[in-house]
Amino acid sequence: MRKVYLDHAATTPLHPEVYSLMCRFMKDTFGNPSSIHSFGREARKWVEEARQQVADLIKASPEEIYFTSGGTEADNLAILGTAAARRKKGNHIITSSIEHHAVLDTCKYLEKNGYEVTFLPVDRYGMVDPDDVRKAIRRDTILISIMHANNEIGTIEPIEEISRIAREHEVIFHTDAVQTAGKIPVNVEALGVDLLTLSSHKIYGPKGIGALYKRKGLRLLPVVHGGGQEKKLRSGTENTIGIVGFGKAAEIAARDLEEEHDRTKRLRDRLVRGILEKIPEVRLNGHPEKRLPHNANFSFAYVEGESMLLSLDLKGIAASSGSACSSRALEPSHVLTAIGLPYELIHGSLRMTLGRANDEEDIDYVLEVLPEIVNRLRSFSPLAQKHPVGSAG
Amino acid sequence: MYNETVMEHFTNPRNVGEIPDASGVGEVGNVVCGDILRVYIKVKDGVLDDVKYMTFGCGAAVASGSMMTELAKGKTVEEGLKLSNNDVAKALGGLPAQKKHCSNLAADALHKAIEDWKQKASAAAGRA
Ligand SMILES: Cc1ncc(COP(=O)(O)O)c(C=O)c1O
Ligand code: FES
Repeated sequence: MRKVYLDHAATTPLHPEVYSLMCRFMKDTFGNPSSIHSFGREARKWVEEARQQVADLIKASPEEIYFTSGGTEADNLAILGTAAARRKKGNHIITSSIEHHAVLDTCKYLEKNGYEVTFLPVDRYGMVDPDDVRKAIRRDTILISIMHANNEIGTIEPIEEISRIAREHEVIFHTDAVQTAGKIPVNVEALGVDLLTLSSHKIYGPKGIGALYKRKGLRLLPVVHGGGQEKKLRSGTENTIGIVGFGKAAEIAARDLEEEHDRTKRLRDRLVRGILEKIPEVRLNGHPEKRLPHNANFSFAYVEGESMLLSLDLKGIAASSGSACSSRALEPSHVLTAIGLPYELIHGSLRMTLGRANDEEDIDYVLEVLPEIVNRLRSFSPLAQKHPVGSAG
Repeated sequence: MYNETVMEHFTNPRNVGEIPDASGVGEVGNVVCGDILRVYIKVKDGVLDDVKYMTFGCGAAVASGSMMTELAKGKTVEEGLKLSNNDVAKALGGLPAQKKHCSNLAADALHKAIEDWKQKASAAAGRA
C-alpha cells in the first residue's frame, strides 16, 4: 500500500545527511564538552560548529544560541526566565489565545503564581491584531509572547509590527518559531525579537533537542540549575548527539529553504484546489495567503475528525485533526475555537502538512481517496441528513 | 489503538441508515465530546424487528453503534432495554479507556428509541 506522510507539523523524519553525520559522531566522539582533555575538546568543537549552523539559520550570532531539550523547554525558559528576571519591574504578560501549549500552559502556570496574563483574541483567520497588543500593554508589562506561525492552521503572525510596538514600550518580545524556521525565512534582526524558540525535529533533525535564541545582553534567569552549562542558562551535560544532528538539520534547512518552500507550496496549492473542487461543504481554515507553505487545514461539514484519520490511515495516509475525539484530553482544538469555528466544524477538521517526502502522486492519491472517505462518513451522519449535502447552508 | 473487532465494525458498519417508517427514534448527544448517535427501531409483536443507526462521532462511536444494532436486532423490547453500554463494549472486545464513553451513546440511544416507541404506542392505544 502507498504510504503518504502528511503530518510534518507534528514531526519529520531524519534527513539522511543528518542521520549519517550523527552516526559518525556517535561512533567516534563521546567526550564531555566541558572536559579540558582532547576528548572533551573534540566534542566541544562539534557542539560549537552546530551552534554556528543553528545561528546561521536565523541570522543570529552563535553566542546568542542556547541549546535546550526542545521547543517546549525553550518556550518555558523564555517565559519563566523573563518573568523571574523582570519580577521587580512588573508581573504582566501578553500572549495570544492560539499559542502552542508550551507557551499557553506556561503562562497559565505563572497566572497561578502571582503574574497577570492577557490572552489576546485572534480574527477568523487566526491573526493577532498588533493594535490589540498595543492596547494591552501596561506599565507593568514585562513580556509579550506571540508565535511566528501557528502549528495547526499555519497563519503567519505580523511579528515585525508587534516587535516594533514591544520595543517602543520597552517590553521583551518572544516568538515561538518552531513551525517557521526552515520553512520561511526567519531573521531575528528583521523580526526584531529578543527571544526566539527553535525545535530540531520539525526540520528533519532528531527529537529532544531545540534552542532558544537570546539577544545579546538580555537578562534571563535559568529554569534548570546545576553544572552551569550553556553560559549558566541551561545546566546539564549537553545532548551532543542531538546537538550535532540539529546543527546539520539547520544547515540543510537553510541551504534548501527556497527550493523546498516553492515545491511544498505548489503541492499544497494543488491539494487545496483539488479538495475544494471535489468535496462540497468544506472550508479552508487559516489565512488564505499569510500561511505556512506546507500547511492545509480543512473542516468538512457533518463528519468527525478521528473517523477521517482512521479511514485515511487504513489507506496509508497520515494526517491530524483538531477534533475533541482525536485528542487525548477529549478537548476540541483551542486554536479552531479561537478563530470562532462552531463546534461541528472543529469536529470535522483535518490538518495535512507537507514535507520533503511528498510528491505530486501523493497529492493525487489523497485527492482520489479522501472524497470517498468523506462521502462514506457523511452517508451515515445524522447531521448530513438534517442538511443534505449540496443544499445551501 | 483500536482492536481488530472495533476496526472491522468501523470499516464495515452494520445497519447504518434510517428507517423511514420507524416505530421509534432515539438520539443522544455525548456530554464528553459532543458527538451524536441516532437510533431507529421497527417493532413487530414486541420484538426489535429492525434497528438502524447514524452517527457523527469517532471510530469507537461508529463501531459501538454497529455492534449495538447487531446485539439488539431480534431481541424483545424488554431485552433491548436491558442491553447495557458494557455489553456493547464487551462485545467489541474492549475499548481504550478514554473511549469508554463512546459506547454509552449506542445503548443510551437504543433505550431512548424504545421509550419513544412506548410513548407512541400508548398514545395510539389511548386514541383507539
Ligand atoms: C509551535 C510549537 N511550539 C512548540 C512545540 C514543541 O516543541 P518540542 O516538541 O520540540 O518540545 C511545537 C511542536 O510540537 C510547536 O508546534
Ligand atoms: S465519540 Fe467522541 S471520543 Fe468517541
